[in-house]
Amino acid sequence: MTKARDIASATTPNANAALLATFPHRNLIINGAMQVAQRGTSGTSTADIYTVDRFALGHGSPVNAMTFEQSTDTPDNFKNSLKITAGTGASASTTGYAILRQAIEGQNIAHLGFGTSAAKAITLSFHVKSSLTGTFGISIRNQAGNRAYAGTYVINSANTWEYKTVAIPADTSGTWPTDTGIGFHLFWDLGAGSNYDIAAGSWTSGSNMFGVESTVKLTETTNATFFITGIQLELGSTATPFEHRSYGDELARCQRYLQVFVPDGQDYTSFAPAIGSSETNRFFCPITLSGGGMRTDPTLSFSAVGDFRTTNVFSNNHTCTSISIGYNNPKIPNLSVLSGGSGDSVSRMFGFNSNTSAYMRFDAEL
Amino acid sequence: MTIITNAKYSKVLDSDSPNVINCVFGGEQLSVPINPTNRHYAEIMRQVEAGELTIADAD
Repeated sequence: MTKARDIASATTPNANAALLATFPHRNLIINGAMQVAQRGTSGTSTADIYTVDRFALGHGSPVNAMTFEQSTDTPDNFKNSLKITAGTGASASTTGYAILRQAIEGQNIAHLGFGTSAAKAITLSFHVKSSLTGTFGISIRNQAGNRAYAGTYVINSANTWEYKTVAIPADTSGTWPTDTGIGFHLFWDLGAGSNYDIAAGSWTSGSNMFGVESTVKLTETTNATFFITGIQLELGSTATPFEHRSYGDELARCQRYLQVFVPDGQDYTSFAPAIGSSETNRFFCPITLSGGGMRTDPTLSFSAVGDFRTTNVFSNNHTCTSISIGYNNPKIPNLSVLSGGSGDSVSRMFGFNSNTSAYMRFDAEL
Repeated sequence: MTIITNAKYSKVLDSDSPNVINCVFGGEQLSVPINPTNRHYAEIMRQVEAGELTIADAD
């Protein structure tokens, strides 16, 4: 008997849930267990900064900056959570904000049918722990910002891990892209100002919506803490157990949006070949990215240009003076590098390498 | 709003037109491809259209 037939013939909701929980790839959230942290494991919020992979944290005045870290404080059967700590408590007033969000690629939500008569309900579930108690808010919003739904969950006990589910009804209206751009945003309201708040419980048309009325705003309380992990967003009106994926599987999913190259702990190990001429000091460095390619042409950033150098077959080294994108594409971006001087003949093939302080990032996040 | 400074087009190869914008984006030096589906490029152009940012021509 097929799984689909099993589900169709199941006689109780629990039986259905047990069968649904065996289906892989049902979680629309990437890195929901907060395992992957390519950018680093801690930091301070800005207007919008990525924390662990795929999750962004943002704040705007008069809300003060929050700190974040990949934590090992977790509920049973998880390794990591994301910990957010409020700064000095302040009301968001009208236009301040504090949010945690994940943007989900449009291609991954096409099967939900949002914006059509065939739209399906979805369900959010997660584990959360906070120093505050009360009713907190989440919201889901399209990229255009003109269609949103707010939901709530209640934290009953301070500093205690609790499991929460939020049902999100189907939306047959609005525009929900299904391309490589943002399909929708999922927000946790940590301190949205009143201009951004909407009422919970129904789909709303408007603008700049991501907060939830009459909910606890974490950033109003100095040093308030918020831990979250095990985030799952899935098709249907039933929350199933979290879909644990291997670290390698989750990393590969994250690398569609971010790839970070770091040395292996040894000075001047190679990143890539450098093809060019020491007479012109210009080199092309094609970087082979992991997986099937990134979501789009990535942005390049790196530690410091002086961390990188080119080396020829005679072990002549020249420190780089400029690194930029040359020909870009989502699979093998080609860097344009200037380095050093002459003196090492007209070698055509060099190594492109770095010291141990270096990093190089390719960012195709949403 | 993310603060963007020192935005400048660059022709890093021998092309006739710029293929990248170098800038400081939220305090970080970035090399941003000219591609509307890249989030950094989209934000740069949003600020340009809002009159909040000017991009210097390539050398």
